[in-house]
Amino acid sequence: MGKYILKRIGYMILTLFIIATATFFLMKLMPGSPYANQAKMSAEQIKIMNQQYGLDKPVFQQYLIYLVGLLHGDFGTSFQFNNQPVSYLISSRIGPSMQIGVQAIILGTVLGILLGAIAAIRKNSWVDTVATFFAILGRSIPNFVFAVLLQFFLAFKLKIFPIALWDGFSSSILPTIALAMAPLATTARFMRTEMVDVLNSDYIELARAKGNTPWQTVAKHALRNSLIPVITIIGPMAVDLMVGSMVVENIFSIPGIGDQFVKSITTNDYPTIMGLTLLYSFMLIVVILVVDILYGFIDPRIRLSGNEGSN
Amino acid sequence: MEKILDVKDLQINFDTFAGQVKAIRNVSFHLNKGETLAIVGESGSGKSVTVRSIMGLLANNAHVDNGSIDFKGKDLLKASPRELESIRGNDISMIFQDPMTSLDPTMPIGKQVAEPLLIHGSMSKKKAMARAEEVLELVGITNAKNRMKDYPHQFSGGQRQRIVIAISIVNYPEVLIADEPTTALDVTIQAQIIDLMKELQNKIETSIIFITHDLGVVAGIADRVAVMYAGKIIEYGSVDEIFYNPQHPYTWGLLNSMPTLDTSSDRLYAIPGTPPNLLNPPAGDAFAPRNPYAMEIDYEQMPPFYKVTDTHYAATWLLDPNAPKVEPPAAIKKRQEEYHQLVAEGKIQSSVKGGAKDGE
Ligand SMILES: Nc1ncnc2c1ncn2[C@@H]1O[C@H](COP(=O)(O)OP(=O)(O)OP(=O)(O)O)[C@@H](O)[C@H]1O
Ligand SMILES: [Mg+2]
Repeated sequence: MGKYILKRIGYMILTLFIIATATFFLMKLMPGSPYANQAKMSAEQIKIMNQQYGLDKPVFQQYLIYLVGLLHGDFGTSFQFNNQPVSYLISSRIGPSMQIGVQAIILGTVLGILLGAIAAIRKNSWVDTVATFFAILGRSIPNFVFAVLLQFFLAFKLKIFPIALWDGFSSSILPTIALAMAPLATTARFMRTEMVDVLNSDYIELARAKGNTPWQTVAKHALRNSLIPVITIIGPMAVDLMVGSMVVENIFSIPGIGDQFVKSITTNDYPTIMGLTLLYSFMLIVVILVVDILYGFIDPRIRLSGNEGSN
Repeated sequence: MEKILDVKDLQINFDTFAGQVKAIRNVSFHLNKGETLAIVGESGSGKSVTVRSIMGLLANNAHVDNGSIDFKGKDLLKASPRELESIRGNDISMIFQDPMTSLDPTMPIGKQVAEPLLIHGSMSKKKAMARAEEVLELVGITNAKNRMKDYPHQFSGGQRQRIVIAISIVNYPEVLIADEPTTALDVTIQAQIIDLMKELQNKIETSIIFITHDLGVVAGIADRVAVMYAGKIIEYGSVDEIFYNPQHPYTWGLLNSMPTLDTSSDRLYAIPGTPPNLLNPPAGDAFAPRNPYAMEIDYEQMPPFYKVTDTHYAATWLLDPNAPKVEPPAAIKKRQEEYHQLVAEGKIQSSVKGGAKDGE
């Protein structure tokens, strides 16, 4: 297992390097320059700025400088945002993003698992219908619509929650709910399908034949077995969440990295875009690694072989 | 002989989109204490449904429309879910067909074997695990002590079936139901599992219902045999009576399609045709369309059971006093001659109790 994790971390670093390289060159291909929208600057001034940031050097040299910086934890300096180091921009803004992200994924998966399990156990009953209805709703309505609706009704009309203000936990509730809808719906739907399958399997029948009550059967045998495949979708859901947070942070005026990312893209702030892209990639790769390790812990068939299970 | 289980007039239907499947049509049989009863019949004849009704594990769309299942003075069909739960895995337990899928893939086997003990007894977890280890040793899992924490995928098919058997006997059930326990295994393993079951039956003094569609397996394990066709039992008797003196043309067909060492032709015989659709079961003998000996009445009216001996009954019009005498297929006739000879020589105690012969 230890060897397996080391190998995975090696791959992780390689992946990050490839992503860093790809983003760097893609960025160079993008039209526009960081100063193009500042009409007040003269051609001379722009040239000075380019020199200062090393943008006049050959592309490949810029790339090497960037890589060397990365190795030292230096993500460069933002072209915008008062010339702050990108690492500072990120570290000062990651807190709120992480908070709503983690809250949303926990809320979404836990509720989704419960809802899906109940729908499967009470298959074709009204509970199942209601759960399916919510799952479809959660899948088909984009989270920014939820965000706007929640803000309008609960914050603006009923004044239960603060509006467009970042002030600790109470202000994180609405964005968390808005973000949690998609993972909740996905998990519920997935969990239901898995659980229906598991409940039809032979070992569940054997569990009943042992004298387990229906609920004991679910708790001891069905839940764990249904959870195994559900864990695999946590990775893709985390991606959804990161993307979703960009808009949702904006709507709720949360000073997070999603909000920052959107602003950096609209201003061609290369160092910040690259820094954030690497950060997102890093988080995603970590999530996938954690999911794989978790998978190994829950599924004994994978634990021993240390790689993909054969069945 | 004391009956431990007595099934009477069982009728089970399934609601489906296409209509009502009349899966079990008036089935009666009993299980004597300490014996092994084999239920044989082609796929779809209703063997599994019958025993699932004993366990109270019928599918949701099933309904029992008539009958009673008497177990120690209690009608299992009228028992509450809670009563059934306390019987299942304790007084009556079941071995399923496919050992590859009957074990929980995410639970160590020791825990799976100990589970019935913890559900039904007030045993401590430690004691239950110790007992589970004993039973695993008993069913032939070598080095059971070190394998308690292993998972099902670390065992072969034969070993897994041994583990499933361990689960079924860990509480010393009075009735053990085995639904085709060897079908999914290859032939050499099949024989080992049969031997194991015979050995265990002696050790724990249980009564066994053994379901199979392979008559070859029956000879080695059963005391009595019930033959099922299209949701009915059509013939039952001691194992010798069914093997050597079968009366129903369907039993003849089954016996003829059994591979034996001394068949002169190398092609395996199969009963032509297919079983009837149970959405609309025929009015008469359901086997009539596939029966070369069928008479007019076979299509019109269901045959009653005719007594052959005190223990041997068959539901075929051929046994009616008014029926013309027919010659059974040559191979069956040979069997019957052997049988009469064996009885004459006193090698078979005729109708009293047909003990299974070893070997085969
Ligand atoms: N849940 C169900 N819904 C509808 N019909 C069913 C259901 N379960 C069983 N049946 C029908 O009941 C009949 C008897 O099935 P059963 O499983 O008892 O057969 P079997 O004798 O055990 O066959 P096999 O040897 O293949 O296991 C079949 O016609 C089958 O299609
Ligand atoms: Mg069956």
